[in-house]
Amino acid sequence: MDKTEILIVCSHDEILKTIVRLINSNTSMRGTGANTLEQALTLFKSTSFQLVLIGAGLKLEEEKELIENLNQLQHKVPIVQHYGGGSGLLLTEIYEALGNNTQLY
Amino acid sequence: MAQSILHTAESRDKSDHGWLKSYHTFSFGGNYYPERIQFGALRVLNDDWVKGGMGFGEHPHDNMEIISIPLSGSLQHEDSMNNVAVIESGEIQVMSAGTGIYHKEFNKNADEPAEFLQIWLFPNQRNVAPRYQQQRYSDDISTNKFKQILSPDSNDSGVWIYQDAWFSIAEFDQETTSTYTLKNKANGLYIFMIKGSAKFSEQALNERDGFGIWDIDNVVIKAFKGSKILLMEVPMNY
Repeated sequence: MDKTEILIVCSHDEILKTIVRLINSNTSMRGTGANTLEQALTLFKSTSFQLVLIGAGLKLEEEKELIENLNQLQHKVPIVQHYGGGSGLLLTEIYEALGNNTQLY
Repeated sequence: MAQSILHTAESRDKSDHGWLKSYHTFSFGGNYYPERIQFGALRVLNDDWVKGGMGFGEHPHDNMEIISIPLSGSLQHEDSMNNVAVIESGEIQVMSAGTGIYHKEFNKNADEPAEFLQIWLFPNQRNVAPRYQQQRYSDDISTNKFKQILSPDSNDSGVWIYQDAWFSIAEFDQETTSTYTLKNKANGLYIFMIKGSAKFSEQALNERDGFGIWDIDNVVIKAFKGSKILLMEVPMNY
């Protein structure tokens, strides 16, 4: 079974590692982390992601630029803000976003 | 017209890790219940029991307003902002996780359990500088009367957070009828029965029940003897 590819963008390195680890502990998902806007866009061009989670630390302008660029590249990928920085809300955020399968921005 | 939702104590999700027993009013951790995600900005209401000497090892948080209200026992808190503190029943603690914070929390007593409510609200701003605050509310609380313990305003009563939310708590030693008027009519009120029983605009609640109500101006509360109630006014759109 193909894994659900999830891109996590978060400038807080330790929290990014935690979120990637949590996602990868689920056998049906694969998380890839980016801690800058540029890195996120590069990864997005090379991998077919099903979901993008925006974590902590990006400036508001960077978040807007990221969303605009991602929308231009692939309109149907849900982009959601991640809250909590750990396991508490993560799976619900993912299931809600993938279940809705709608553009949230 | 008033709208409401009832979450009985028995309907909550339970996780049992031996050292930690937790009842989740809303979806949390590995359990996903699409019909139980949140009540407005109120996203987490966990009713936790922690075995003596045990606790949560170091773990991160970001972009969340995290409120702890101990019900019994005491918890030792340490975080990446160099806060070291003990919180106990009669106190409230808040962490605005913002851009990121690490913390750990342990039951300070080796031989007795601790119980506390862990409450998370979505913030009204992302990526704020993390902050920590702790306050004792029980010293100047009047029995049979609600006391505000949290607000969005640092100059108001109680601790403050980055959200337009107000919490109040009360303990009753006699049957008492009172009215809670919402600060903001666009908000909803989530009631958690810590102890005993009460009626809220004809809705009867028992221990550990939760009841959310919105599209209202105020709520009439009939609290029965021996009850303890937490009121959480939160934005429904945030």
